[in-house]
Amino acid sequence: MTASSRYRSRVPRPEDAEEKEYVGFATLPNQVHRKSVKKGFDFTLMVAGESGLGKSTLVNSLFLTDLHKDRKLLNAEERINQTVEITKHTVDIEEKGVKLKLTIVDTPGFGDAVNNTECWRPITGYIDQQFEQYFRDESGLNRKNIQDNRVHCCLYFIPPFGHGLRPVDIEFMKALQDKVNVVPLIAKADCLTPLEIKKLKERLREEIDKYGIKIYQFPDCDSDEDEEFKRQDKELKESTPFAVIGSNTVVEARGQRVRGRLYPWGIVEVENPSHCDFVKLRTMLIRTHMHDLKDITSDCHYENYRAQCIQTMTSKMNADKRVESPIPILPLSTPDVETEKLIKMKDDELRRMQQMLQKMQQQMHEQDL
Amino acid sequence: MAATDVDVFSNEEKRNLSLGGHVGFDSLPDQLVSKSVTQGFCFNILCVGETGIGKSTLMNTLFNTMFENEEASHYQNGVYLRPRTYDLQESNVHLKLTIVDTVGFGDQINKEDSYKPIVDYIDTQFENYLQEELKIKRSLFNYHDTRIHICLYFIAPTGHSLKSLDLVTMKKLDSKVNIIPIIAKADTISKSELHKFKIKIMSELVSNGVQIYQFPTDDEAVSEINASMNAHLPFAVVGSVEEVKVGNKTVRARQYPWGVVQVENESHCDFVKLREMLIRVNMEDLREQTHARHYELYRRCKLEEMGFKDTDPDSQPFSLQETYEAKRKEFLGDLQRKEEEMRQMFVNKVKETEAELKEKERELHDKFEQLKKLHQEEKRKVEEKRRDLEEEMNAFNRRKVAAETLSLSQPLKKDKDKKN
Repeated sequence: MTASSRYRSRVPRPEDAEEKEYVGFATLPNQVHRKSVKKGFDFTLMVAGESGLGKSTLVNSLFLTDLHKDRKLLNAEERINQTVEITKHTVDIEEKGVKLKLTIVDTPGFGDAVNNTECWRPITGYIDQQFEQYFRDESGLNRKNIQDNRVHCCLYFIPPFGHGLRPVDIEFMKALQDKVNVVPLIAKADCLTPLEIKKLKERLREEIDKYGIKIYQFPDCDSDEDEEFKRQDKELKESTPFAVIGSNTVVEARGQRVRGRLYPWGIVEVENPSHCDFVKLRTMLIRTHMHDLKDITSDCHYENYRAQCIQTMTSKMNADKRVESPIPILPLSTPDVETEKLIKMKDDELRRMQQMLQKMQQQMHEQDL
Repeated sequence: MAATDVDVFSNEEKRNLSLGGHVGFDSLPDQLVSKSVTQGFCFNILCVGETGIGKSTLMNTLFNTMFENEEASHYQNGVYLRPRTYDLQESNVHLKLTIVDTVGFGDQINKEDSYKPIVDYIDTQFENYLQEELKIKRSLFNYHDTRIHICLYFIAPTGHSLKSLDLVTMKKLDSKVNIIPIIAKADTISKSELHKFKIKIMSELVSNGVQIYQFPTDDEAVSEINASMNAHLPFAVVGSVEEVKVGNKTVRARQYPWGVVQVENESHCDFVKLREMLIRVNMEDLREQTHARHYELYRRCKLEEMGFKDTDPDSQPFSLQETYEAKRKEFLGDLQRKEEEMRQMFVNKVKETEAELKEKERELHDKFEQLKKLHQEEKRKVEEKRRDLEEEMNAFNRRKVAAETLSLSQPLKKDKDKKN
């Protein structure tokens, strides 16, 4: 069942309304639908991982377009001391009247140099930059056309050639877990047999738990959803991290033309659920959880950033009164450490004086007796 | 007289003679072979590649046996090498196989020093052999040769090109060991991508001057097959020890939902080619190359470092003996000089410490004197005070006595006054 049909089945038809007090706000979902279609959606997706893991191919397969036409791939010697770059591609795609402005942020050069210490710094810098930009826009005077360039989701590609997470994977995910929704994927999954995939997924889940990495968790579905949806959701949750295969070419398999990879020993179909988890990833990313990703980005990661930003700004301001606040902010509601101490001292004094007063009253009372 | 005779003989031209009948020295190769077989062969393989890329599996597949191997973890702090020696036998040929694994290669975030342990290991093996060769009492015929004969470099199947770490490591290793690059886990690359990938890798190696091992083409018996194999480098291999039933045979393969990759099927991967080249055809050549080329290079560098030369400044051949003597004298001279230095230093140190101790003693003495004086002062003061006090006491006692005698003479009068 697609999302839109769910909504339609909920709207009560006028014949169902027995009472004449049918107000009609049950059509709100429809109105929201109409307005949002008019406004259009936007989504920013970041892909990160070493070269040669199939990131660009997967993005092409996900959105059924060819985003990277003329890419220049560097030689090995050029990559020895390479720094990480950030490249952005924006495309406008439309489906059934719904417009989507899709931005793909690529990170070429990640993990390619011989010395990869802190190679994620440009990436965290970029994400922070987008947050800062949005923060300024939001606090500005004219807020009509805010462009939301914040990164909504980061797909991290884990190579399938190893036994689990490598140190660089752990460091990267830990550096990004509080800034963006991290979705780890097992890349090039056609080099693993089903048993090996299962083992690797278990291993990865264990290690993610062990190192306390906060990846994107699917929200639990409400108890009033139907069984089919719940089952799908449960299946989805149990098969993370997704093992994906991407393909730019269309091959002929079982009488149909499908996206796949042609080998001498068989044909791997990208959209075949028994071959890989591509369909699950697409469902999750585009068909069901896209909005949830955006919500978590703005409610959770962005708010964290904003709170941090404000705190650092006001603490700096307290140190230097001459600096004017560049944005209008409310006075600090959280007292800092010194005033708290003062308050506590005064409280103690008060309490002591009250106690003394009580004692004196008692004494006087006794004396009168 | 004898010297000139010898000279005459060595200047004579060598002549080719033809034999009248069958002598029988054409059995020399066979004698050599039977001797080698009884002696046994030894072969050392070094596998360099990232953790999990399939090194152990490929070794198991190549030699059709299960070498015990635990899975390595990704979290090693550095690279270290793990050599394991096995005794294998096929027909009546014994092979002492040593497989050296690089554990932790490619896992660290900073991989600048990853190649060092590997280079050090190879050099150590050469050094051991050199030591054995230079010994006075040596036994080279039953020396366990641990020099690495072949380095299999496992390239990750990204499909684009070599990784920067691969390039750096191979450049460091190409002058020390025979390198054969292989593409691991090749069942993730399709045929067309594989072709492009191989071309890209070879061009990168050539443009960076990396010398990989070329299969020899000078021996007509194997030159053809070797030449064709050279064109297939790097080999794209798939390893597996699991058996899968295909048709009516059971073969070693990997089973996927979309098909079965057979390890020994030439159209699926180059495993058969690798096995042919590595084991069946060129094993002996690899050992020879290691000894004749890489080891000799190492030996030459090492001896030059130590100061040996083949010819002295006058271009007369140096005898090793003379060089040894010279070296020894130099060394002894050095030793003596060092001894002298150390002795001087020791004497100096002792003097210094003595001087210090004397200073301290003097200081202590001074302090003692001071304290004594103070003490005496104090004592004197106290004595004075005591005397004063005694005087006062005496005065007081006298007054008391005087007062008492006075009061005794008029006791009654006072009592009467009080009663009133």
